[in-house]
Amino acid sequence: MSARIRKRPERLLAQPAIIMLLVWMIVPLAMTLYFSTQYYNLLYPGKSAFVGLENFAYFFTYPSFWTSILNTIILVGSVLVVTVVGGVLISVLVDETFPGQGIVRMLLISPFFIMPTVAALVWKNLLMNPVSGFLAWVWKLFGATPVNWFADWPLFSIITVVSWEWLPFAILIFVTALQSLDREQMEAARMDGARGFAIFRYLTLPHLARPIAVVVMVEAIFLLNIFAEIFVTTNGGPGDATTNVPYLVYTQALLEFDVGAASAGGLVAVVLANIMAVFLIRLIGKSLTEKT
Amino acid sequence: MTRRKHNQTARTIRIIASWIVAIVVFFPILWMLLTSFKSELDAFSMPPHFFFTPTLENYEQILARANYLHYAWNSIVTAGGATILGMIVAVPAAYAFAYHPTLKTKNILLWMLSTKMLPSVGVLVPIYLICRDLNMLDSKTALIIIFALINLPIMVWMIYTYFRDIPYDILEAARMDGASTGQTMFRVLIPVSRGGLASTALLCLILSWNEAFWSLNLTTASAAPLTALVASFSSPEGLFWAKLSAVSTLACAPILVLGWLSQRQLVRGLTFGAVK
Repeated sequence: MSARIRKRPERLLAQPAIIMLLVWMIVPLAMTLYFSTQYYNLLYPGKSAFVGLENFAYFFTYPSFWTSILNTIILVGSVLVVTVVGGVLISVLVDETFPGQGIVRMLLISPFFIMPTVAALVWKNLLMNPVSGFLAWVWKLFGATPVNWFADWPLFSIITVVSWEWLPFAILIFVTALQSLDREQMEAARMDGARGFAIFRYLTLPHLARPIAVVVMVEAIFLLNIFAEIFVTTNGGPGDATTNVPYLVYTQALLEFDVGAASAGGLVAVVLANIMAVFLIRLIGKSLTEKT
Repeated sequence: MTRRKHNQTARTIRIIASWIVAIVVFFPILWMLLTSFKSELDAFSMPPHFFFTPTLENYEQILARANYLHYAWNSIVTAGGATILGMIVAVPAAYAFAYHPTLKTKNILLWMLSTKMLPSVGVLVPIYLICRDLNMLDSKTALIIIFALINLPIMVWMIYTYFRDIPYDILEAARMDGASTGQTMFRVLIPVSRGGLASTALLCLILSWNEAFWSLNLTTASAAPLTALVASFSSPEGLFWAKLSAVSTLACAPILVLGWLSQRQLVRGLTFGAVK
């Protein structure tokens, strides 16, 4: 009895964190929900009125909206494929000890620590510029015509930049996970005559199953929010070729000051993210029960 | 014998391949670093100059004209402030979850995680309006609070996994000696887990330093951190590549070094403890 009473005040220590997150989540979300049913433009502040689902109707019939959903899915999907496949291959490649391994790993994970605005501008100007970018020089070296990346292949260019930022994350996680792979088991398999690919297929890959799932989910959270890379390079264009959902909501909210429409768009983003979240929560919840 | 030789060749190829991949991945950063020491003329030249007379001119101009230190200070204050605020809130919470769990603890932890999945754009409009009405647009305080909040779930989780690894007996022993909760936390728990706490703080610092959605949308000048300064180089009239490179190098170097030093510990935080 006394033990129980003594424990109680300590549980209160969690309250500030819980309350702060609760406020951070509930209040703005409720406001978004409310605004999404209003006609409310910051340029005409006096004229707000209840319009029901009109903002959603506006959004769903707005051509750029579907493009932005498609762009978001293509962006998230491509980056996930590139980083997971690339990450697995590279982390297996650098797994065995060799001279300079530490430096190789340091170089490999570096892009993760570069801020998004820097990554995007360095790629756009120093590397992918069609006139004096580094890639233009490489193309000329092979006698090809340099490509105007951000004008002719805008979404592909964004995918390249974002993949470069997130590949190191996948490598970092997989390299760490591989260190807990049972070496004796691997030696035994080798003794039994298992070749490289068989070891990869039946030992390494199953061992990486959970890290891969975690990487996919964590990256998905961040990739659904990609904004700065688009903001500093293409401004969503040409046209709406690189407009994803976050960028579209930004243009509605802070360029056209249409609070109602932006809120409706924001809610769509929340729904998209929730579909992902359900899977992630399950996955991580499982790991929590396994250990305790 | 031939088998051994074959293995040796395979190994060499593998090492060379590893180095090539690493250099390709790192190349954009290396190129940025090189360009930052070029004159603007060298930076634009085609074919690119690999050998050139290095100059510090860009760095001097950035420090003198672009008001670099103002933005750097904003980055330090916002990222540092968010880290301190986050730690103050996260450590007690993780303590409660790790040592005094209730039936609801698991669900609360998962719920915290789920707030991380709320996309920023979903709350962009209300946060913008709240900041406007509180006169907190372009204010460092707003950024500190927001950065702390978006990293709080990760921090609580990360510290929670560290605390869970510490045997409760240690705390119990302190308790037997008559230490209060505060004393147990400050004299025993925090010293024992300082490595884990340091990497948690570091992760928060790195993520806040590089955060670009809120810093671009909520600041204009007086509170703008380095991400915003770099973004200002995207305007067509701002196309000075050597200066862009110098600013970028200065903005990224400290975080890159911190990242190198703490790579292993970051894994735990970034995967919410699922990969160690």
